[in-house]
Amino acid sequence: MKKLPAVPYIVWMIAGTFIPLLMIVYYGFTDRTGAFTTANILAVFQPVHMKALGLSLGLSVVSTVICLALSIPLALVLKHSTMGREGLIVFIFLLPMWMNFLLRTMAWQVILEKGGIMYHLAHMLHLPFPPIINTTGAIVLGMVYDFLPFMVLPIYNVLEKIDPNIIEAAYDLGAGESTVLRKIILPMCVPGIVSGITMVFVPSLTTFVISNILGGGKIYLIGNIIEQEFTTSANWNLGSGISLVMMVFILLSMAALMKLDKNGEGGMM
Amino acid sequence: MRKAIRGIYLIIILLFLYLPIVTLIVLSFNESKSMFAWRGFSLRWYKEMFNDTTMLSAVWNTFSIAMVSALLATVIGVLACVGILQFGKKGQAFLLGINNIPLLNADIVTGISLMLAFIAFGFYLNWGTVLLAHITFSIPYVILSVMPKLKQLGVSNYEAALDLGASPLTAFWKVVIPDIRPGIVSGFLLAFTMSVDDFVVTHFTRGAGINTISTLIYSQVKVGIRPTLFALSTIIFVVVMAVLVIANRGSSRQSSRNDFFLETPQS
Amino acid sequence: MKLQEKNLKLMRRTAAVLLILILSALTAVTLTGCGEKNKNEVLVYSYGDYINPAVVKQFQKETGIKVVLDTYDTNEEMYPVIKNRAGVYDVVCPSDYMVERMRKEGLLQKINFKKVPNIKYIGKQYLKIAAENYDPTNSYSVPYQWGVAGILYNTKKIKAGSITSWNDLWNKKYKGSILMQDSVRDTMMVGLKKNGYSLNSTNKKQLQKAVNDLVAQRPLVYKYVNDSARDLLVGNSADLGVVWNGEVLYSQKLNKNLKFCVPKEGSELFIDNWVIPKNAFHKSNAEKWINFMCRPDIAYKNFEYLTYSTPNTGARKMMAAKYRNDPDLFLSDKQLENSEVLRDLGPEGDDLYSYYWKMFKSSN
Repeated sequence: MKKLPAVPYIVWMIAGTFIPLLMIVYYGFTDRTGAFTTANILAVFQPVHMKALGLSLGLSVVSTVICLALSIPLALVLKHSTMGREGLIVFIFLLPMWMNFLLRTMAWQVILEKGGIMYHLAHMLHLPFPPIINTTGAIVLGMVYDFLPFMVLPIYNVLEKIDPNIIEAAYDLGAGESTVLRKIILPMCVPGIVSGITMVFVPSLTTFVISNILGGGKIYLIGNIIEQEFTTSANWNLGSGISLVMMVFILLSMAALMKLDKNGEGGMM
Repeated sequence: MRKAIRGIYLIIILLFLYLPIVTLIVLSFNESKSMFAWRGFSLRWYKEMFNDTTMLSAVWNTFSIAMVSALLATVIGVLACVGILQFGKKGQAFLLGINNIPLLNADIVTGISLMLAFIAFGFYLNWGTVLLAHITFSIPYVILSVMPKLKQLGVSNYEAALDLGASPLTAFWKVVIPDIRPGIVSGFLLAFTMSVDDFVVTHFTRGAGINTISTLIYSQVKVGIRPTLFALSTIIFVVVMAVLVIANRGSSRQSSRNDFFLETPQS
Repeated sequence: MKLQEKNLKLMRRTAAVLLILILSALTAVTLTGCGEKNKNEVLVYSYGDYINPAVVKQFQKETGIKVVLDTYDTNEEMYPVIKNRAGVYDVVCPSDYMVERMRKEGLLQKINFKKVPNIKYIGKQYLKIAAENYDPTNSYSVPYQWGVAGILYNTKKIKAGSITSWNDLWNKKYKGSILMQDSVRDTMMVGLKKNGYSLNSTNKKQLQKAVNDLVAQRPLVYKYVNDSARDLLVGNSADLGVVWNGEVLYSQKLNKNLKFCVPKEGSELFIDNWVIPKNAFHKSNAEKWINFMCRPDIAYKNFEYLTYSTPNTGARKMMAAKYRNDPDLFLSDKQLENSEVLRDLGPEGDDLYSYYWKMFKSSN
C-alpha cells in the first residue's frame, strides 16, 4: 500500500510507453492483412534503406564529434569566465532555445540560400560563395546548431562541480597545465560527455526535419524514410518495422555508452 | 593573450548561435513577404498577426497544452518519486530504468507509437491526444529533476514537524514540499519548455486542424513561411528574455534559478 | 517509519484523486467529436488556404450554418483521418485519385444532386474527365478546382519559347538552376512522361527507366520543392521549375519575366473535388455547402483568392477578358491532349512507387 503514489506513474508508463511500443512491434511484424511476417524488419537490409541508414549514421557521428570538439573548450571558457558564475553566460547560451527550433533551422536556409545573406556577404568581400545549402554540409551545420547546447550544458554542469581544491592540489604537486587537463579535468567530465553524446547523437540520427528544411529534398535520412512510410506511402507496417530496428539499435548503443559512465552521475540534472 | 583567445572563441560561438535569431527578428520587420528580399521596414506582420485566427488558435493550443501537461506531469512525477522510494533496491532500479526509455527513444518513435495506440483504441486525434502525448514524454523529466532532491531530503524534518504537532498534511505541504521545491519548479519548467518546443510528437498525434506553433510552422515550410510567424516568434522571444532577465536579477544568487538554466536543455 | 506511513496515506489520497482526474480526462478525449451531432453546423475538411475566408463568412451569414473548417496539407494526411474515423467531417476536398480510392473503399456517400442545382455551372468537360477516371457515374464528387503541371521559366535567362519538353529539364545548360517537385507521384510523373510512358504506369521496366533518368538529373537540380518553387523562381534563385498552372498568375504579378509551358509530351492534370464522407453528421448542410461553392459569384471570389483555374463556367464568364482567355489558365484541348489524371494504384502500386522513389531519393 505504501507504494500507491507510484501507481499513476506505473499506469501511465504502461499506457503511454509500453502499449504504444507494443503497437509498433505488432505493426512491425505483420503485413497489411494482419498476417505475421518478418519482411518489414528484414527490409532494413534493402540497399535503399541501408544507404539512408548509413548516411544518417555518418552525419550524426560527424555532428556529435563536432559538437564535442566545440563544447569542451567552450565549457572550459565558460568556467573561467567570471560571468559564468552569475549565470549570465549560461543564460545567453540558453536563450536561443526559446525561439522555435523549426524557425531557427529555417533561418539557416535564409542565410545560406543563393541570394541569401551569406551570398551577399561573400559578394561584398569578393569571396567565393560556398554552395553549402542542399548538401550534407548544411545538414551537419543544422544538427550542430540545433543540438550544441545539449552537449555544452551537461559538460559545463559537471565541470562546475569539480572541486577547485583537487585541481589546486595537482598544481601543487607539480603537474603541468596539460597534465591537469588530461589526467584530471577530462576524466571527471566523462559523465557529462556521455550524456551530451546521447543528447546529440539520438536526435541527429533520427531527424527528418533538418534534412527536410536544409537538404532541399536531396538528402534522404532514415528519419525521412520512416516519416514517408507513415504519411505519403501509407505503409505503416514497413514504417513500424524500420522504427523498431532503429529503436533497438539506439537502445543498445546507448546502453554500451552508459557503461562508460559507471557512476551514473552524468546528466543535466 | 590567453584571455583574448578565450574571448574571441566565445564571441564566434555566440555569433553562430545568434545569427539565425537576429535574421528572424529582422525578417519580421520586412515589408515584403519574400524571405530573400528586403523591401523596407514595416509593422505590417505584427498587425496581421492579431487577425490571423489560425495562428491565434495555434498559440492558444501551444500554451494551454504546455500548461496542463506540465502541471499534470509534475503531479504524477512528484507522486511517483515518493512511491518509487518505497520500493526495494531492485524495484527502484527497475522503475527508474524504465523511466529512461522515453528519454532515449527517438521522438519519431515516441510520436508514431502513441499515434498507433490512440488509433487502435479508437481515440479521436485532437487536442486531448496531443495533451496525453505531452504528459507522457514530460513525466521522465520531472522525475529526473525531483528524485535527487527527495533522496537528499530524508524524513527527519518531516518527523520533527509532526513531533511539534503538525498534521501529516500540513507537515507535507509546509516541510517536504518547500524542501524539494527547487526540483519541482525546475521539473515543471522543463516539462513546460519541452512541450512548447516539441514538434515531432505533436506532428504525429495531433488531429486534423489542431495546430501548435510548431506544426503551423512546419506546414508552412513547404509553402513558404508567412512573416506573421516571425513576428509571433519575435514577441515570444522578447517576452521570455524579459521574464528571464527580471527573474535573474531578482534572484541571481539563488541557486534554484541557475539550476533551471542548467536543466532546460532538450527539444 | 510509522510517520512515513501517515505521509503515505496522504499521498494515497492524492493519488486516488489524480487517477480519477486522469480517467475523466481520458473519457473526455474519447467523447469529444461525438457530441457534435445536433448543432446546425457543417464540418469542412479541406486543403489549407484553399477557400477565400470571405466566402466562408458569407456562407455563415446567408445560411446561418456555422462552418467548422479544418485543414490538411496532403491527400495522404487526410485519408487515414477519414478512414479511421479519427475525425468526423461533413464535406471533404480530396483530389481525383483519392476520390477513386475512397469511393472504392466505401468511404463516400452519393450526393443528392436535387439539392445541388448549381452543378449546372460546372463545365461538362470536367465532369467527363471525372467520369472517365475516378467517379464513373458522377454521383460522388463535384469538381472544385483544377490545374495542370508545367514548366515555369525565366525569360531573362532562357529564351522565350525554347522550353517545350520535359527533356529541357535535363539540359546541362541549366545546371544548378532547375527546380523539381518533391512528392512521389508528381516527381515520378516527369520521369515517366519524359519517356512517353503513362504517369500511372506500374511496369517495372518503365519505372526503372524513369528513376534512372531522375537520378541522372539530380546533379543538375538546385532543389526539390513543392509549393515554394514559385517563390524561388520569383526571387531569381532558380531559372526554371515544375509548377502548377494555378501559380502562374501569382508569380507573373511579382516577376514579369516568368513564362509557362505545358510540355508537348503531356502532363499531369488534377481535379480537386467536394465529397461527402459516409459517416457525415450533417449531410444536408454539406450539400448546401457544395451548392454554395458552385455558385458563379462564389466560385469567382475563390478564383480571385486562389488564381487556380476554376471548372465553373459561370465564374469564368465573370472574369476580365484577359483572365478568361488566358492560355495558361484555361488550356486548349490540344495542349491537354496527352495529359492524364493520376489513378489510384492500390496498396501494391503505392508500395511499388514508394520503392522506386526511395531508390531515387537515396542515390548519391
